[in-house]
Amino acid sequence: MDFNDNAEEAAFRAEARAWLAAHAPAHELPAGAKMPDTEEADRGRAWMRALYTGGWSGLTFPKELGGRGASGIEAVIFAEEEGKYHLPKGPFTSIGTGMALPVIAKHGNDAQKARFIEATLKGDITWCQLFSEPAAGSDLAGLRTKAVRADDGSGDWIVNGQKVWSSWAHLTDWGILVVRTDPAVPKHKGLTFFVVDMKTPGIETRPIRQISGASEFNETFLTDVRIPDANRLGAEGDGWACCMTVLMGERLGSGAHRSGIEPLLDFAAATPDSHGGTMLDDRAVRQQLAEALAEEQGERFFQARLRTMVSKGENPGALAGMVKLAYAGRYQKTNGLALELRGLAGIAPDAGDTATGDVQYDYIYSTVMRIAGGADEVLRNQIAERVLGMPGEVRMDKDVPFEKLKG
Amino acid sequence: MNFDLSDEQKMLGEQARALLADMTAFDRLRTLIDSGAEWDEPLWRALAGMGFLGAAIPEEYGGLGLGALDLGVIMEALGAANAAVPFMSSIILGAEAIRLAGSDAQKAAWLPKLASGEAIATFAYAEGPGPVFSGGVSLEGGKLGGSKTPVADAGIADIAVVLVAGGGFALVELDQPGVMRTKLDSFDQLRPHYRLDFAGAVAESMPGNGKLDRLIDQAAVQAAFEAVGASEACLHMARDYAMERQIFGRPLGGFQAIKHKLADVAVATELARSNAYYGGWAAESSPDDLPAAAAAARLSGIKCFELAARENLQVHGGIGYTFEANCHFYYRRERMLAVHLGNRGFWADRLLGARPGSQVRAA
Repeated sequence: MDFNDNAEEAAFRAEARAWLAAHAPAHELPAGAKMPDTEEADRGRAWMRALYTGGWSGLTFPKELGGRGASGIEAVIFAEEEGKYHLPKGPFTSIGTGMALPVIAKHGNDAQKARFIEATLKGDITWCQLFSEPAAGSDLAGLRTKAVRADDGSGDWIVNGQKVWSSWAHLTDWGILVVRTDPAVPKHKGLTFFVVDMKTPGIETRPIRQISGASEFNETFLTDVRIPDANRLGAEGDGWACCMTVLMGERLGSGAHRSGIEPLLDFAAATPDSHGGTMLDDRAVRQQLAEALAEEQGERFFQARLRTMVSKGENPGALAGMVKLAYAGRYQKTNGLALELRGLAGIAPDAGDTATGDVQYDYIYSTVMRIAGGADEVLRNQIAERVLGMPGEVRMDKDVPFEKLKG
Repeated sequence: MNFDLSDEQKMLGEQARALLADMTAFDRLRTLIDSGAEWDEPLWRALAGMGFLGAAIPEEYGGLGLGALDLGVIMEALGAANAAVPFMSSIILGAEAIRLAGSDAQKAAWLPKLASGEAIATFAYAEGPGPVFSGGVSLEGGKLGGSKTPVADAGIADIAVVLVAGGGFALVELDQPGVMRTKLDSFDQLRPHYRLDFAGAVAESMPGNGKLDRLIDQAAVQAAFEAVGASEACLHMARDYAMERQIFGRPLGGFQAIKHKLADVAVATELARSNAYYGGWAAESSPDDLPAAAAAARLSGIKCFELAARENLQVHGGIGYTFEANCHFYYRRERMLAVHLGNRGFWADRLLGARPGSQVRAA
């Protein structure tokens, strides 16, 4: 057992480190500076272009398609090294590389591959994801946005409906879109997958006002949006298989937001108790934070185990969901505890008390972590079914035509 | 990075599990309880025969000289089987205390016998309710005075390493007039506990000072392996029962109330296993990291086994409350493992204390 790279991994790391040292500093975001979305997205494109020029774009993507053809562990190593710089990375680039590219590569035809892959790897095209709907989240296949053939014989599709939680939809060039094309068959079978130019008439994107006060997500309304049949990915009715390709990418990619226990220990130590000491002397606080710290450490070494599996070419599968499940719940619980130990000043801190502001934000944002990228309950089902081999859920809707379903 | 057990360690674990599978049917545990047995002696002899007792004892003293991770896979298997043997007392604590703090003569006298299973040791640290590591027993002029209670496996032990006033260790043979052993009612029926009263018992001082922290940190890592093995056994027992048991026209295991509960047990167990691995690695390769690693492993081991033992019985429903079902072995052992070697609060303080730069008040 060791934490060292093997010879090939060490060589790859050295190469990545040298390249990043030469190129990354020029692309780093100034610390703490708030900038307009548009500028952040532009900087993201520029960093993508630099990666592409240097041969680091699409790391695990096959060489013949313009990627680097690197192994899973090499992608992990590159991410570790890249993460040492404060670079303009975000959904505006990762949805393209992590979701759009895999689905285009797997389900797209030659013309679609030629048109989108290189342009995405270069940062010329950015993507958003148009999947979830107000009534279709964890049960994505229940989506209602529908597409029908235009009656003008063009073969085009006319799309109507509403999508939600589409990050950066207002600033990206294209969207990956799943819609219902056949309501007369059971729900998973009547879906079809498209790529859609976000400048197409009839697409309206509105920011969602979130409980945090920010508006990272959008809702996207599609009204008589005309999509040429050439932008259909895969056959009619193959939409669910395309979604699965995309969502595999999402599972491996989520859980990037990290907020640790150490700052909360400092926060407790900086909060007076009523006996002349600090809240870090409080038995209940110590107990809960120590257990959370132990769990956080366990998660770090669990990830080391998963990383070892990847290094050996194994797929951790549903085990990877354990990390986010453990993290998200702990994130909410410990920040809730931190607000509580602060007393009323946790609710209304003095101006300039940024530590409390951070705790408040994390407590609000933790709700997203428990829902996005596989809700707690979905992950528990997956762990029970795929790790423990327990039965799948009873499905009332499996063989029923979509149009006959209630709701 | 290769954060996994080696092939040899995995094979060692396989061997331990295979031996235990042959010898530790639950009916045997029931027989041991009904007969009031102190321990599973045939199993102990079999473990000795496989070389497991001496796994981490140095080769010059008749052991195999293996490391903490090797010991860990054996402990994991013992935890899974809920084995009624004094491995923690005699090997993890007794033999290791002698190795860390004993004189050359003490090591030569006892380690070979502990490795072969010919002699059994225990570690006497508690003195009734209160701080778990207590130094109220005195060693003066080669004589022990005072009491230790409870002490695990003291009925079958030949020797005890005794934590004495000042934090040092004394080595005492238990079969002598100055030692009175009184058997207590043990909540874990397969791990007997005794009260030891010393009245002028002849004992030797052990020369190594300040070894308690190292000893209990290492033992905490091994306790975490034991807890992980036991947790996983509970998890699989509950899963298997839930898959077989039909309720409302389908398997009990198809209900989310059961699936989600067991998914949580699985997550807690894997996090604890990861911490146990790290603790084993630190014990072998990075002693500076051991205090924090051991405390984290201990805390997450307690947490996962607590959850697993309770939910296993709960999933079984009424049958789980019967002596015929097997949940109770783990349910009782879990509480014993949760408090031996110091409880959650003790290890929470150690974890926060081991954090660089933290200001921890006296625990």
